[in-house]
Amino acid sequence: MMILKILFRNAFHNKLRSGLTILGIAVAILAFGLLRTVISSWYAGVEAASTSRLVTRNAISIIFTLPISYNEKIRQIEGVKMVSYGNWFGGVYINEKNFFPNFCVEPRTYLEIYPEFVLSPAEKKTFLADRKGFVAGRKLAAKYGWKIGDAVTLKGTIYPGNWDFVLRGIYKGRDDTTDETQFYFHWDYLNETIKKASSQMAGQVGFYMIAITRPDLAADVALAVDKTFKNSLAETLTETEKAFNQGFIAMSGAIVTAIQMVSFVVIIIIMAVVANTMAMTTRERIGDYAIMKTLGFGGRDITVLIFGESLVITLAGCLTGMILTFPAAAAFGHALETFFPIFIVSTETLYLDVLAAILIGCLAAIIPTRQAIRIGIADGLRRIG
Amino acid sequence: MAEQKQNIVEIRHLYKAYHRGSLVVPVLYDITFDIVAGEFLALMGPSGSGKTTLLNLLAGIDKADEGSIRVGDMDITALSETELAHWRANHVGFIFQFYNLIPVLKAIENVELPLHLTSLSKKERRDHAEMALRMVGLDHRMDHYPKELSGGEQQRVAIARAIVTDPTILVADEPTGDLDRVSAEEILAMMERLNAEMGKTIIMVTHDPRAAQRAKILRHLDKGYLTDDDSQNPL
Ligand SMILES: Nc1ncnc2c1ncn2[C@@H]1O[C@H](COP(=O)(O)OP(=O)(O)OP(=O)(O)O)[C@@H](O)[C@H]1O
Ligand SMILES: [Mg+2]
Repeated sequence: MMILKILFRNAFHNKLRSGLTILGIAVAILAFGLLRTVISSWYAGVEAASTSRLVTRNAISIIFTLPISYNEKIRQIEGVKMVSYGNWFGGVYINEKNFFPNFCVEPRTYLEIYPEFVLSPAEKKTFLADRKGFVAGRKLAAKYGWKIGDAVTLKGTIYPGNWDFVLRGIYKGRDDTTDETQFYFHWDYLNETIKKASSQMAGQVGFYMIAITRPDLAADVALAVDKTFKNSLAETLTETEKAFNQGFIAMSGAIVTAIQMVSFVVIIIIMAVVANTMAMTTRERIGDYAIMKTLGFGGRDITVLIFGESLVITLAGCLTGMILTFPAAAAFGHALETFFPIFIVSTETLYLDVLAAILIGCLAAIIPTRQAIRIGIADGLRRIG
Repeated sequence: MAEQKQNIVEIRHLYKAYHRGSLVVPVLYDITFDIVAGEFLALMGPSGSGKTTLLNLLAGIDKADEGSIRVGDMDITALSETELAHWRANHVGFIFQFYNLIPVLKAIENVELPLHLTSLSKKERRDHAEMALRMVGLDHRMDHYPKELSGGEQQRVAIARAIVTDPTILVADEPTGDLDRVSAEEILAMMERLNAEMGKTIIMVTHDPRAAQRAKILRHLDKGYLTDDDSQNPL
C-alpha cells in the first residue's frame, strides 16, 4: 500500500513535467485515434456492404455502360430475387467544392434492395410519384439546409447542363455504418432527358444491383450472370457488393498504408519522449531508491515503483487522449463529411490506445528500473547531497 | 565494568578496496575491533580515510573483500543480498548527513516506512510511528512533508525512523554535518539520551570534535588504518 502511495505521489511530484508528458501522450493518442478512424471510415463502405447483394458492371471498366435490356435477362436467372439499376451521375452542387455521391436509380427496386436507407412511407410515395424528385441522406440535407419540397439544381459533369430536382425525401441510416450523404433520383429522368439529345446514349445502365435469395448463392449467381452475357457486345463482371466497394478502395491503398505508418510513428516518437522523462525522473530518485533499499526494500519494490509511476503517467495521458478523441472525431467527421460519411471511433481503436499506453509505459520503465536495481546501495547513497 | 559487557559487534581482519576500471583503490586495511552493547562510539578521521566505507560494511549495505563482521549473533559477511536486506530491516537504524527522508511522504509516513517490512498491523504501525515521533519531540509535525521542516527537524524525523524498528545498532554518518550549531546540539543530545536512557548502541562517524565529545569511545581512522586501540574518550 505504501509503495502505491509513493508511486502515485512520485508520478505527480513534478507537476510541470508530468503535466507536459501527459499532454504529449494525450495528443499522440488523439492523433493515433483520428488516423485510425480515417482508415476505418475509408473502409466503412466495405464493412457496410452486404454479401447478399451483387453488383454487375461492364467487364472492361466501370466507366463503360451496359444495355438496359440486361435487366430482364438477369431477373430470370435462378437465385435472383430482385434487380435494380443505376448510373453514376457525378453532378456538383453550385460548384466543384460541393461534392457528394449522386446517382440515378430505378427507385422502386432500389428502395427495396437497400432497406438500410430508411424513408417514411409518405415521403417514399411522393418520391416515387415525382419524376424529378430526389432523396437525400439526413447528413447531406442538414449540411445544405435542404427541406422537403426544395428545388435543387445540380451541374452535370458526365451529362452536361443544369439538372433541376425537387427534394421529396430525406432518409435515415438504419445502422451506424450507413452512409447518410447520398443523393439519388429517378433513372427515367436521366434517360429521357438524354434520349432527346442523342438516342445512342440512352438506354444505358452503369451498374445493376442484384438481390439474391440466399447469401451462399452469391458465387453461383455471379457466375451465371457473367456466363449469360459471355461473347455479347458488353460482357459483364459481377461481384458481391463488398468486393465491388473494395475495388474502389484498392486504388487508394498506398495512401492508407502511409496513414497507417504515420500513426505508428506517432506512437514511437511518444515512446521516446516518455522513456526520456522516466530516465530523468529515475536519475533524480536514485537516492530515494537507495534509501528504500537501505531500509530493506527489495528489487521487486523498486520495480513496482518505477513501472507504476511510468504506467500512471502513460495511462493518464491515454485516458485524456481517449476522452479528447470523441469531440475531435465528431468535429473532424463533420468538416469532412463528404469524404468520410461514416466517421466513428471504433472500440478496437480504444483498445489499441490502451494497449499502446501500457506498452509505452512498460518499455520506458525497463532501462531505468535496471539501472536503479543494479546500482549498489552505497553508490546510490553517495549521490545524495 | 566494560569487560563484563558482551560484544555486540566483532570486526575481524577487514579489508576493502574499490575498483575503478582496472585500477584498484585500497580503502581499509586489516581492521579489527569490537563494540560492546550499549556503546556510543565516534569514528573520526580525515576526509577519504574510509569512515563511511567502514560504517557501510558493518551496517550491511556494502560487501567487504576479506574479513568477517559479526553483529549480534549473525555473521553478516556470509549473508546473500536478500538475506542482508532482511537483516538490515530488523537490526540496523540509519541516520545520514542529508536526512534522506522520502520527499513525497509526510513525517509520520516516513517513520512508518520501515515498519511496512514487518508483520505489524496498520494500527500498530501508526502507534509505533507516533511514539517514535513523540520521543524526538515532533508529534506536532506529523503531517508535514520533509520540505516543510527545518534541517534539524528533518534529522529528528530521520532519528525516529531509525529507532522505530528497535534495531540492534544505530549507525549515523555525519548526522550533524549539514546542521547549524543549535540544531546539531539538539540532535547530539537526543542521541546521547537514546544511548543513556534506552541503551541503544550507536556508531557515529563525524568530523566534528564537538560531536565526538558526546561519544563514550573514540576511534580514529587514517588512510584506511585504525590508529588507536580501545581508548576512553579523552575529550
Ligand atoms: N564507489 C567508489 N569507487 C571508488 N572509490 C571510492 C568509492 N567510494 C569511495 N571511494 C574512495 O574510498 C575512499 C574512502 O571513502 P569514504 O567515503 O569511506 O571516506 P570518508 O572517510 O567517509 O570521507 P569523508 O569524510 O569525506 O566522508 C576515498 O578515497 C574515496 O574516494
Ligand atoms: Mg564519509
